[in-house]
Amino acid sequence: MDTLTSATEWFTTPWSFAFIQRALLVSVVAGVVCAVLSCWMTLIGWSLMGDAVSHAVLPGVVLSYMFGLPFAAGALVFGAGSVALIGVVNRTSRVKEDAVIGVVFTAMFALGLVLISRVPSQTDLGHILFGNVLGVSDTDIRQILLLGAAVLLVIWYKHRDLTLYAFDPVHAHALGINPRLLETLLLGLLSVTVVVALQAVGIILVVAMVIIPGATAYLLTDRFERMLLISSAVAVLAALTGVFTSFHLNVSTGGTIVLTQATAFALAYLFSPRHGVLWKSRIARRLRAHTPTH
Amino acid sequence: MNAAIEVTDTTVRYGDVLALDNVSLSLPPGRVCGLLGTNGSGKSTLLKTVLGLVPADHGRIRILGHTSTQARRKGLLGYVPQSEQVDWAFPVRVRDVVMMGRYGHMSARRRPRPADHQALAHALERTHLSDLADRQIGALSGGQRKRAFIARAIAQNARVLLLDEPFAGVDKRSEDHIIELLRQLGTEGHTLLVSTHDLAQVPALCDQALLLQRRVIAHGHPAHVLHPDNLTQAFGTPTDQEDRAWTR
Repeated sequence: MDTLTSATEWFTTPWSFAFIQRALLVSVVAGVVCAVLSCWMTLIGWSLMGDAVSHAVLPGVVLSYMFGLPFAAGALVFGAGSVALIGVVNRTSRVKEDAVIGVVFTAMFALGLVLISRVPSQTDLGHILFGNVLGVSDTDIRQILLLGAAVLLVIWYKHRDLTLYAFDPVHAHALGINPRLLETLLLGLLSVTVVVALQAVGIILVVAMVIIPGATAYLLTDRFERMLLISSAVAVLAALTGVFTSFHLNVSTGGTIVLTQATAFALAYLFSPRHGVLWKSRIARRLRAHTPTH
Repeated sequence: MNAAIEVTDTTVRYGDVLALDNVSLSLPPGRVCGLLGTNGSGKSTLLKTVLGLVPADHGRIRILGHTSTQARRKGLLGYVPQSEQVDWAFPVRVRDVVMMGRYGHMSARRRPRPADHQALAHALERTHLSDLADRQIGALSGGQRKRAFIARAIAQNARVLLLDEPFAGVDKRSEDHIIELLRQLGTEGHTLLVSTHDLAQVPALCDQALLLQRRVIAHGHPAHVLHPDNLTQAFGTPTDQEDRAWTR
């Protein structure tokens, strides 16, 4: 009985704090939006692009604080701007895409660092880099809910085209559906999603949120619809674990969220029924045992 | 009447490399044309140029009297990709892939209507994939995979089909099955341009053949095109032939 009571209290005590409720709302919403998009990111192989966009928004966030604008405004301009810049440099130079991505996102991040050193001290670099989900303002929450809903709505409307683009862009082209337009849409969604998740886990760890849930789900199923459900479930679970654990143990919320996601990935990697390494090696061993040796 | 595929004096360069040199080709509707040549002879480039994926330096492409862009918007062009270009681990089922053939017939949200489900069922039946419709695409054999993509073109009701190496990685029985299916599509008035580096299927499959080595070496009846003099020009001297992929 005592254990049951203390287990219940483990959840109810933090729940009585308004800042915990807000943190839960933000990390669950950001987690689910990221998780849904992560299914396409994983399948196309855009993890480096996710890393790039998240780092490149830093100068935008700093400038927004400087001019008293909503942080999303500057972040969106710089996120989308660097994606466009990557595209232009990639098409017009002989340098390979991964190098172009590396150059652009580190340059943008560096610009952000330089800007922040000239800005009055109320902007906390630590909060931007590592998230500050326990201290989100009402304005932040409104922005996150609005942008998150917009991303999910666009994905709901265009998900079949996005999957077509991820699976076979040449077929899209053959049908007169412009694959570059779909690519631009998906990159736009990535920029907005990064902004949504920024408050929860910060710039550095955002890329984890747009890759790990999808990658975990990909190990567990061969059906795209189930992939969406599994990755969302992983994100919700990680958000709850992250917020409650960080309350009790006084550790970084963003860090705990991403660690929980990574643990889910590790479990899927090892124990997934069809694609896990342990299962596969067991099948291989059994096959070897049944094959007569010459 | 308009030719199904009409390529006139078309030249394509990749930087300094000449990929297609003044290629012309006219294919009436309902014909099956084999596109023959070694690896690197420009077969894939020609298919991509007809599809509008690769811009031509100069020349003219018409599909049933339309430009490539118009033909694509009207859903006239179907494409069956090379196996290497497909991500077989992608979480889509056979029915999802075939349904993608219908997207040009749907509204912006691509929500299938009864007519689309009918076309899907019909295409699966014709390619004998109805029982495998719920399999993940990579859980099919080599021949079944090819048939799934042909089914997608059937569901699309593409009048002109471009097939890139449809016999690669396919066993003999499936090969006969695919040849029969493609012949039927030709008889129904579809026009097929089929690239292959393997000459064995050409007599059974094609009404016409086009031998390519960056330029057109021979075009016409398969027996004429497969004449040793032409083959030597396209594939090199007979002593070289052992090194060529098509002799394997």
